[in-house]
Order: sequence, then C-alpha cells, then structure tokens
Amino acid sequence: MSNKLKIFFKGVTDVSPLMIPVVPFGIIFGVLAIDLGLSPITTMGMSIIMFAGASQIVFLQLFSAGASSLVILSSVGAVNARHLLYGAVLSEHMSDIKMIWKIIFSYFLVDQAFAVTNPYLKKSSDKNKVFHSFGAGATCWMIWQTTTIIGIYLGSIIPDKLGLSFAVPLTFLALIVNDLRKLINVIVIIISGLIATFGYEIIPFKAYVIVAAVSGLTVAMILTKSKSVN
Amino acid sequence: MVEWSLIIYCGLITFFSRYLMIAILKKEMFTDRIREVLSFVPSAIFPAIIFPAIFIDNTGNFLLEDNPKILASIIAVIVGVFSKNILATIFTGLTAYWFLIFF
Repeated sequence: MSNKLKIFFKGVTDVSPLMIPVVPFGIIFGVLAIDLGLSPITTMGMSIIMFAGASQIVFLQLFSAGASSLVILSSVGAVNARHLLYGAVLSEHMSDIKMIWKIIFSYFLVDQAFAVTNPYLKKSSDKNKVFHSFGAGATCWMIWQTTTIIGIYLGSIIPDKLGLSFAVPLTFLALIVNDLRKLINVIVIIISGLIATFGYEIIPFKAYVIVAAVSGLTVAMILTKSKSVN
Repeated sequence: MVEWSLIIYCGLITFFSRYLMIAILKKEMFTDRIREVLSFVPSAIFPAIIFPAIFIDNTGNFLLEDNPKILASIIAVIVGVFSKNILATIFTGLTAYWFLIFF
C-alpha cells in the first residue's frame, strides 16, 4: 500500500469514533429539512454543496423562522468563521502541497477531521502527512451523506422526545475534555461559553460563535503571555 | 421554497472559510508564539457551540432550572476527564440524559 493511502486510512481510523454522534446529527438534519418542507433533492443538495452540519442546521432554523436570504447567508458565514482558524492552524502543514490538493482538503475540512488531524500533524514528520485530513474528512463525508438520506426517509418517524440533538454538544464536549486538565484552557472555555450563551440573543446574525471564540483566543493570548513573562 | 442560489452561496462561503487561510498563509509566518495561541483554538470555539446547546432551549430562552442537559453534561465531563475516552463521554452523557428525562 502506498504511503499516501496508508496515511489516508490512518485518518479514517482516527476519525471513526467521532462518527457515531454524527449519525444522529445527520439523521436529525434530514428529518428537520423534510419537516420544514424541503424536497429530498434540495436536502441532499445542501449536504453535498455545503457539507457543514452546524451551518446547515442554522440555515434550517433561520429559514423556518422566515429569515431573509441575507441573514441566512451572513449567519452561515459567522458560524463558518471558525474554519478560518482551522485553516490557519493547518496551513502550516499544507503550504508545500499543490493547489488542487489544497482545494480538495479544504472542502473536507470539517470539525471532526480538524480535531483528529491537528494532533496527528503536530507529531508526524511524514511528507504526505496531510493526507490524514483527507481520510478523516472523506469518512465524515460518507457518513454525512448516508445519514442525510436516512433522515430524509425516516421523516417524522423519530420522536422529538428522544432529544437526539443533545448528541451535538456532547460531541464537541468530548473533543475538549482533555483540555479541562489545564487551567488556562478551562478559563478560555468558560469565558467563550458564557459569552456565547449570554450573547446568543443579543449578538446579531448568530455571530455569537465567532465573538465568543475571538474573545476566548484573546484571553488565551493575554494569559499565556503573562505566564511566559513571569 | 429554498432557492438553489442561496444554497450555492452558502456552499461557497463555507468552502472559502476553509480554503482562505490554507491558501494565503505560509509556513514561515508561524512562530512558536503564534503556534501556542493557535493551540487554544478548540478551547475557544467549541464551548461557543456547547454552552448555548445546553443552556438555551429551542425558543431561545435561557434555562438554568429544570434542565436535565446540565446534569447530564456534568456527568459526561467527569467521565471524560477520568476516562479520556471520546465515546465513553458521549454515551455517558446521552444515557444520563435519557435516564433523567424518562425516569
């Protein structure tokens, strides 16, 4: 097996545990979309063209609330702004690859892929190591499209009472649980969380995600600086 | 009726949010200091998704009392910190939540 393929499959294996909560998430998206009157083709089109769970759910929420196209577009932009940071983190490892690969890897750069590829890229020195993000992202893609289809077919069979949407915050929680051992991370987490919660209704265009994230990063910058000076 | 053009614009904005930094940043721009700060990206972003999903209900109200998601999340965090296992964290949280809402 070629080296690239091996690294690709390492990405597949590493991201697999994170796929289990994506299953209910994708199904929820499909069910919600059909409930809101979207056609199966439009629903599928969203999953393929956008391929961004959180943004797609935000899209549906705003659409059902009767928001204008401009509000939907800017909200999706705000929710997506976190990708700028992912790109910034990963670009260090991707600056030497061909543009076509940059484009392909970018399309597949979802939260779960970033979460497993970032630590891998830090410790690997293989020249093909970025294929890890491709493997992880392509796995997410398969699961996301499949579960969207399942959601479309299940329609309203799944009871709301089950509260499957709670799997979404739990997934993200599981991704940062190791950071809870470090004091500065805990402070950043609490500040970001509180700003997002209390800014949820106040900050326009659902931009609370990026406002909270930038505030959290600023605090991290200040705290790590004072630590290194002392 | 959802317009295809809106979905395509949303797709483009999603793609470019992922591509932009990868396209313009160069390896030489990264110092240890920048790396250190960027290592806090997950801690800065994920709580912004987690907290509102726990504390705010579908209608946009802040829920502190009678909210089983809070206790379920605390249980998930405790299990997560001790087990360091992603799946155990998610499943404990979901199981605790179902236990709290159905019993």
